[in-house]
Formats: sequence, C-alpha cells, structure tokens
Amino acid sequence: MDGKEKILSPAGRIRGGVTLPHLKGTADSESVIMPPPATVRIPMRQHIGAPAEPVVSAGEKVFVGTLIGKAGGFVSAPVHSSVSGTVKGIEDYSVGGQSCKCVVIESDGLMEPDPYLAPFNADTRADIAEACDKCGLVGLGGAGFPTKVKLSYSDDTKIDTLIINGAECEPYITSDYRACIEDYEDVVDGIYFIKEKLGIPKVIICIESNKEKAISKLYAIASDRRDMDDSVKLMRLPASYPQGAEKVIIYSATGRRVPAGKLPADVGCIVMNITSVAALYRFIKTGMPLVSKRITVDGTAVKEPKNIIVPIGTSVKDVLEFAGGVSEEAAEIIFGGPMMGVDAVSENAVVEKRTNAITVMRETLKPAVTTPCIKCGRCARACPMRLYPASVEAAVNHGFTERLKGLNVDYCMECGSCSYVCPAKRPLTQVMRLAKAELRRSKK
Amino acid sequence: MKEILTAASSPHILHPDTTRGIMSDVVIALAPAAVYGCILFGWQAAAVLAVCIITAVASEFLWNLALKKPQSVGDISAVVTGLLLGMNLPASIPLWQAAIGSVAAIIVVKQMFGGIGCNFANPAIAARIILLVSFPGSMTKFTEPVSDIVTSATPLAAESGTYTLKSLFFGMHPGSLGETSAFLLIVGGIYLLLRRVISPVIPLCFIGTVAVLSLISGEDLAVSLFGGGLMIGAIFMATDYTTSPTTALGKAVFGIGCGLITFIIRKFGALPEGVSYSILLMNILVPYINRYTLSKPFGFLKPSKEETANG
Repeated sequence: MDGKEKILSPAGRIRGGVTLPHLKGTADSESVIMPPPATVRIPMRQHIGAPAEPVVSAGEKVFVGTLIGKAGGFVSAPVHSSVSGTVKGIEDYSVGGQSCKCVVIESDGLMEPDPYLAPFNADTRADIAEACDKCGLVGLGGAGFPTKVKLSYSDDTKIDTLIINGAECEPYITSDYRACIEDYEDVVDGIYFIKEKLGIPKVIICIESNKEKAISKLYAIASDRRDMDDSVKLMRLPASYPQGAEKVIIYSATGRRVPAGKLPADVGCIVMNITSVAALYRFIKTGMPLVSKRITVDGTAVKEPKNIIVPIGTSVKDVLEFAGGVSEEAAEIIFGGPMMGVDAVSENAVVEKRTNAITVMRETLKPAVTTPCIKCGRCARACPMRLYPASVEAAVNHGFTERLKGLNVDYCMECGSCSYVCPAKRPLTQVMRLAKAELRRSKK
Repeated sequence: MKEILTAASSPHILHPDTTRGIMSDVVIALAPAAVYGCILFGWQAAAVLAVCIITAVASEFLWNLALKKPQSVGDISAVVTGLLLGMNLPASIPLWQAAIGSVAAIIVVKQMFGGIGCNFANPAIAARIILLVSFPGSMTKFTEPVSDIVTSATPLAAESGTYTLKSLFFGMHPGSLGETSAFLLIVGGIYLLLRRVISPVIPLCFIGTVAVLSLISGEDLAVSLFGGGLMIGAIFMATDYTTSPTTALGKAVFGIGCGLITFIIRKFGALPEGVSYSILLMNILVPYINRYTLSKPFGFLKPSKEETANG
C-alpha cells in the first residue's frame, strides 16, 4: 500500500493515561447475526436525557423499525421495535441505578421490516439532525448522548473539523473495528455524506495503532474516492487508554483543549463514533432506524468469544446462550468493556443502543485486599485530566469539602485509570464519583 | 453461572502491581550492594543486616498484635526499612545498637504516625540519625574493606588523593556497609527505573546538584559522588514514596533541595556527611512542596468572579 505515510500522526499527545492489555481476541471473528429471541424488552431510556414515552399498547402488531416510543423532550431519543411481532405490554425496567419503562414484544420470528420505512432525503444540517432524531441515534461509543442534540449547534458556531472516533481503547471490544471491516461502505459513504451536508471542511478518522487492518481498509476506500481538496484524513492514534474519550481524542486530532464545561463545538469540532456514522447512513439509505447493535461478547468467563449483531432489547441471558455459554465461574456481567462498563447485575438486563460489548468475568479477577495508600503518585500520573485522586480520597475520607473544591473533581470523566494503576488496590474512581456527588450536594 | 452476580463499580480490571511487589523490587534492587557489603566487611556485616531486618519485621508484627491492628508485615515494607537501615550502618556496630535502630525506625518513626504511607520522615534515615546522636562512637567507626583495620574516616573526611576513582566507584573504601559500591547501587537504581518503581527525577536532581556545587567549589568530584552515602541516599532513600513529593516539579525541587543541603553540611558543617540530614529536612517540607506544585487540570478555566463570589 503506497501513500501510507499520508496517514496523520497525532497533533497532540495527552499526558497520563495507561497502557492496557488489548485482549482483542475477537478482532478477526466475523460478526454473526443473532436470530430474534422469543421476546425482547426494549427500554425507553437508552440515552442521556429524558426517557422516551411509549406510543404502543398491548396487543398491537409491530414490525422491525416501527416507532414504539417517542422522544420525551429535546434531550431525548425515540425508540423503535427491533423485531416484528406483538406488543405484550409495558413493564418497569432498571439497570445501573436508573429505571424506566420498557416495551415487551413477542417476536413472530419473521423479522419483517416496517412497510412504511423509506429512504430519507437530507440536504441541510437541520435535515441531518432530523435524520439522527428519526433514526433514534445516540452516541454509540457508550455515552448515549442524543446525536440530534450534538448537531443542533447555533449557526454562528464555526465547525471546521469532524472527528470520527474509531479509537476503541477499551480491552476486549472489537465491535467498532468490525464495523470498519464489515460495513466499510456505510462508514466511508456516511463520512463523506455527513461532511458534505454539514459543510465541515475537514474530517479526521482516528483509529488506534493496534488496528492496522482497519486503517488500511479505510485508507484504500477513502483513497479511491478522494475528493479534490483531500480533506478526509486518517490518523493513527497511539494504542493507549483512554484515547477514545472525547476530550482526549479532540486533543490528539487537533491539539485543541476543550475547556471545562464546554462542548467540542466550542473548539470547532464535532466527534462522531464510527458505528454511529454507519448507522446514520444506513437510515438515510434505507429508512431503517437503529434497531440492532454489533456487540463483542468476550471476557475471561466466555467460552467462545465473538461479535454478534443483536436486536436491541435482547436479554443478556439470550445473547450469552446464543454465543455459546459462559463458564461455571462467571460472576460478573459487564455492559461495555472492563474499564468503564456498568455491571448488568441480572441476566435479564437487555442490550441497548449504547451497548457495544458484553464482558463476562470470572470471580477471581478482582483482588479484594485494599492496602493503605503509599503515596506513590501513580494515580496522578495516570489521570488524563491531571487530577490528584489520592488527594481527593484523603479529602473525602476526612470530610474536607472545602479542600475538595480546590481539587477540580468536576473534570473527572471516570475513565478508571487511577483505580487501574493503584498498587494498593484502592477504589479511587469510585471515590471520585463520591466526591463529585458530595460537591453537588454541598452546592445546594 | 453463579446465582449471585457481582455488582462492582468500574474499572473491573486492575494492574497486577501491588505494594508488596513494589517493596520486593526495592529489596531486589538493594540486594547486590548488600551482598557486596557482606563480602567486603565479612560476617559482621551480614549479622548487622540480619538483626536489622529481623528486628524491623518483628517490631511491626508485635505492634500490630499489641494494638489489634490488621497484620501488615506481608507488604515487605518493614524488610525494606530494616535492610536500608542496616546498609547505612558501619559493619562494626554492636548488634544491640543496630536492633535499637530498627525498633526506633518501625515503632517511633513509622507505626506511631499511622504505619505505611502515613509517616512524615523516612524511617531508615530517621533511625540512622537517632543512632548517630545516641552512639556517635560506634556510628563513626569504620573498617577498611577486607581487613580489620579500624579507621574513623570515610573518603569524605580523608586526605584527598587517598582513594582512586576506581576504588571509590566499586566500593573499595571505608563506609557504611551497604553504601560503598556506587556501581552496584546504580545498577539497583537502573533496575528500579526499568521496573517503573521510581522516577529518575529525584536521584538526578539530587546527584546533579551535589556534582555541580562540588565542581564549582573545587571539591574532588569522585569523592563527593561516590565517597559517602550520596548514591544510596539519592537512589533509595530520597525516592521513598511516602516521604517525597508526588508531582514531577515537586520531585525536582525536593532533589535539588537535598543536594543543596548535603553540600552545605559537607562543606561548612562540622559533620563529614550530610545526606541523611538533608533528606530528613526535605521530608519535612514535602507537604508544602506538594501543595505548591500541583498542576492545573487539562483544559483548566479559571472560575469566573461570579462563581468565586458564589462559591
């Protein structure tokens, strides 16, 4: 492959972060499509913001892509049926300490698409934002922020760079990587489409250096349809954690720092996940909203790790059964990767839009023994936001709320790096969350 | 699949390094110089090291037992303290005095302040100073290596030109039993750097400051660097996590401060050696150094006046 030297190097390199074992054992496993389970339970809150409101009732016939929940406000996203079948009812659902309603649908096994689905014509930025809304698109990197809201910046805001986030810096997860390999056409077409319609002059596709195949693939495709001004560029990021975090990837791609409390748009950037781009373009082309997710099923307790395309609302239990089961010692089911993922707690928890992996771990994983802090400073060196987790912990333990204010805990994005490196095995990330809550409480 | 699933807060994986592992690395790094000390100074050196280590571990064990605290000797930090103290003593010291040093290090300097991570001074350094003021005679009586000739002078106090660079670097001179071989101490330091246990900032700033000041003032550079306790102090004692700053800038300030005080004591003080006192003095400043060298968070914005007024 000639011209590979044209792949950009990072414009900035963030201090801190950690080197993790990549464990991307599923990188070469082609995604398998999971047949619809007998029932799906589709939560109304699969995003940041207000939950959607159910618009169907028991006994109604639905198809794949039929609207079943309308957005519950501006910062919200609609929800669509992931199977064809009959609505059985509306139940309560809770995961990760949040509860909402969910629509239970009994699948007829046919997976018939909704006959009213049609390609979506989008010409302007407002159209694209509307498409994101209609598609039910949320940030698929894991945060779940409604994409429509992200694109609804004011006309005065000058956006000069669209950053496509394909960093996928968590261990185990390869779903974005497989999207690059398997859905590369949607990815590349989607990138050019969004760039053109949003009128953003420059695009930087950021992929970590441990995914050379994805870099080569996208480079080859993008070279073929290179536009005149050569404005879509690939960038090879260092394979260190947390490269995929929004502020980190913006710094890597452009050298710009997003100030505290500001948005990427304030420094002229929009960041979209690679899978989000593919999902949006699929909706534009076919009208099919976001109803299934490619997820990586891996972890120390998974017998046959693989990538699976799963209808949203499928229970963890069904997914793991389809994947080939888990070992006897399985003790922890995580939605997402092991660094930032949230424990599912129950096997009845379901795959959501923002789920990109199910990681199942053995009990032996976490040493339970916490020893005293030896002030080694590794947590501070690992923090990409340059905070001092050990000092925060001391302040929390002693109840020094005043001191907490000077330690800038609001900057913490809970990436988990501090806990990861701590030789005393102290739960520093958890303490950072506590500290944030404590400060919010004291401000009231 | 287990009946009850774990509900833990992220992250769900941890780096394999532990406090115990780090302390073991320090022991491994000190071992060559310690063994070499035993070869140079004979069975007495080995006995001093053994007494120091055993007393240190026993002190911590009994303290925890007496106060019904969770047993902490498994973290190996008491072994490190005992070993470091022993290496900082002359081989000829009476064993009961060495034992008192170890008890003082663990009980008075470490456990009374709350145990590992809570002490403000380096236990081995503080204990060495306690012994120096309590038993000045036996603490300053050194023997020539591989002989029983007693001398009271380390190269720092001897006439210049007595020792060659080679004998200084490889440790063929009188001194505390584990401090003489600069070569093996540097090898140990490189091991700790490679294992990412220590950062090079403190040793480089400490040694660099002493080197520069010695050159300027016309001292014998080889004697300044390798003739006393500078190497063991800069590489192994000044880098103690608990009693040194955590910020990179703070480490530089700490190292330069140690070097400066060492030089001042050696040049102008009544004592021939100043490494221990310099580290102890800088230990006391660590909380202040840390506080004034905190870096600003990534993307820091000064709080507006309005927020400050409300906050």
